[in-house]
Amino acid sequence: MTRPGPLPSAARAIVKGDRRALARAITAIENGDPAADPVLRALYPRTRGVPVVGIAGPLGVGKSSLINALVAKLRTERRTVAVVAVDPSSPFSGGSVLGDRIRFERSADDTGVFFRSMASRGAAGGLAAATLEATRLLDAAGFDVVLVETVGSGQVDVAIREVATTRVVVVVPHLGDEVQTLKAGLFEIADVFCVNKVDLPGADLARRDLDDLVALGSWPGGWTPVVVGTSTAPPSGLDDLWAAVEAHERHLDASGGRAADERRRLSGEIVGLVRDRVGRDLIDRLERDPELRRLLDRVVARSLDPRAAADRLLAGSRRSR
Amino acid sequence: MGITTRPRRTTPIRVLIAKPGLDGHDRGAKVVARALRDAGMEVIYTGLRQSPEEIVRAALEEDVDLIGLSILSGAHMALFPRVLALLKRQRAASVPVFAGGIIPDEDAKRLKRAGIRAIFGPGTSLGEIVSTAEKLARSRA
Ligand code: B12
Ligand SMILES: Nc1nc2c(ncn2[C@@H]2O[C@H](COP(=O)(O)OP(=O)(O)OP(=O)(O)O)[C@@H](O)[C@H]2O)c(=O)[nH]1
Ligand SMILES: [Mg+2]
Repeated sequence: MTRPGPLPSAARAIVKGDRRALARAITAIENGDPAADPVLRALYPRTRGVPVVGIAGPLGVGKSSLINALVAKLRTERRTVAVVAVDPSSPFSGGSVLGDRIRFERSADDTGVFFRSMASRGAAGGLAAATLEATRLLDAAGFDVVLVETVGSGQVDVAIREVATTRVVVVVPHLGDEVQTLKAGLFEIADVFCVNKVDLPGADLARRDLDDLVALGSWPGGWTPVVVGTSTAPPSGLDDLWAAVEAHERHLDASGGRAADERRRLSGEIVGLVRDRVGRDLIDRLERDPELRRLLDRVVARSLDPRAAADRLLAGSRRSR
Repeated sequence: MGITTRPRRTTPIRVLIAKPGLDGHDRGAKVVARALRDAGMEVIYTGLRQSPEEIVRAALEEDVDLIGLSILSGAHMALFPRVLALLKRQRAASVPVFAGGIIPDEDAKRLKRAGIRAIFGPGTSLGEIVSTAEKLARSRA
């Protein structure tokens, strides 16, 4: 067990509630700035494993509006909340318009809330590469709950599985064919199904469809997803939504699922980090290292196939250790 | 799948585009936000009716390199200095602020003296706005 030692100044500031230090550290994570390393290292032992609630679902279903409503509710219960809201980066310019903040209506002097927008920067799966580590800083900074909004690409927003302890999948009435595509992917990782916009016609039908889906499905881990109906304006069902989230969090504790999930997520994270570093290193070396360049030349010339080249690279890197 | 390896270091410019006060004109803000996005920047758009307090708070939470204020309602002389004062109070005066909308020349002169770094009126080319944004964001201490 690493015992929390003296903290580097940025980490100390974050723990003390300095929101600018927190914001800057998140930027450092996003930018791959090495300044993030000591902060993450120092704060990891201080993370408590707070609920990280993922709000996923197709474009425009009301994810940000629900987050705004949940924040308001949690604040009346005096719980502190941090939000990370991810929007897509343009594959062409790399730029992004991050608009989730538009729905966020907290008064500016409420220090119990922190909201951060994040561009996906080309990461697959509906989150950014920095999202997981950012939630960890928010945990160490003392927030009671972290809410994460996915990009909203529907079926493929499955990276939330690697970040959130409870996954809420939001749909709306009359999604039509989109429901079919969601069934393979996002629906399989839902702990809570939320039919939002129940003020619109067709909500009952949508809920019944989900009830059927849940009844027919097989749900490993001993948790059967709960279906709730909500609307953000006029507000309804938000207590049910949060009750379902809390029931799932309690289930994680009672069943041992929290520890098992965490172990699985951490294992995936470590492998991902190694893959990133090894990958970056190899990409650099394939261009610079003369020996590896010759290997690449041979593949280009069709005298070696890519798999054989990979075998040699792997054998080479093992030998060199 | 393609290459999923995280790039080593990327530092896109982050910009907050905000609409202060009770001003419903949002076309200009959206046009500017899109132009900055197309130039590779990450633009946080706050939406309408933001108080100076909300704007400054958003700028700090989002750790932006630049704040852009869009206003066509005529309330700029009240709202802009307040944003600058709040930034100073938070010891964040190094975050540059620029602006656009309907701002008479006389007012623009005074606002620039107060610390707004650049002001653009109707018809300004987006190219000019983008290059100014890049210059200002890079100047952030
Ligand atoms: C379209 C328009 C509307 C639309 C707005 C639609 C919308 N969602 O935006 C509607 C019809 C709703 C409207 C309503 C009103 N309007 Co109006 N409207 C206009 C009009 C004709 C064009 C504005 C526009 O969209 N331009 C296109 C965009 C792209 O240009 P832009 O905003 O100027 O942005 C450019 C630059 O200014 C700059 N820029 C803008 N923001 C930013 C931000 C940054 C950071 C930077 C760097 C640059 C930048 O870059 C852009 C590109 O060059 C103007 C007149 C005019 N010619 O400007 C009047 C005008 C702005 N409206 C005016 C008025 C009075 C009103 C009303 C009060 C009218 C009424 N009595 O009901 C209402 C108020 C509505 C409200 N809730 O606030 C007046 C404002 C007078 C003033 N400030 O002293 C104007 C100037 C008309 C006039 N000559 O009297 N309006
Ligand atoms: N009728 C109705 N509209 C809603 C409800 N909740 C949200 N909306 C509207 O749905 C639209 C999208 O809401 P957002 O909260 O931005 O949705 P989102 O899922 O975050 O959207 P993206 O982030 O773009 O994917 C807005 O126009 C909201 O006003 C609801 O309960 N009922
Ligand atoms: Mg949203």
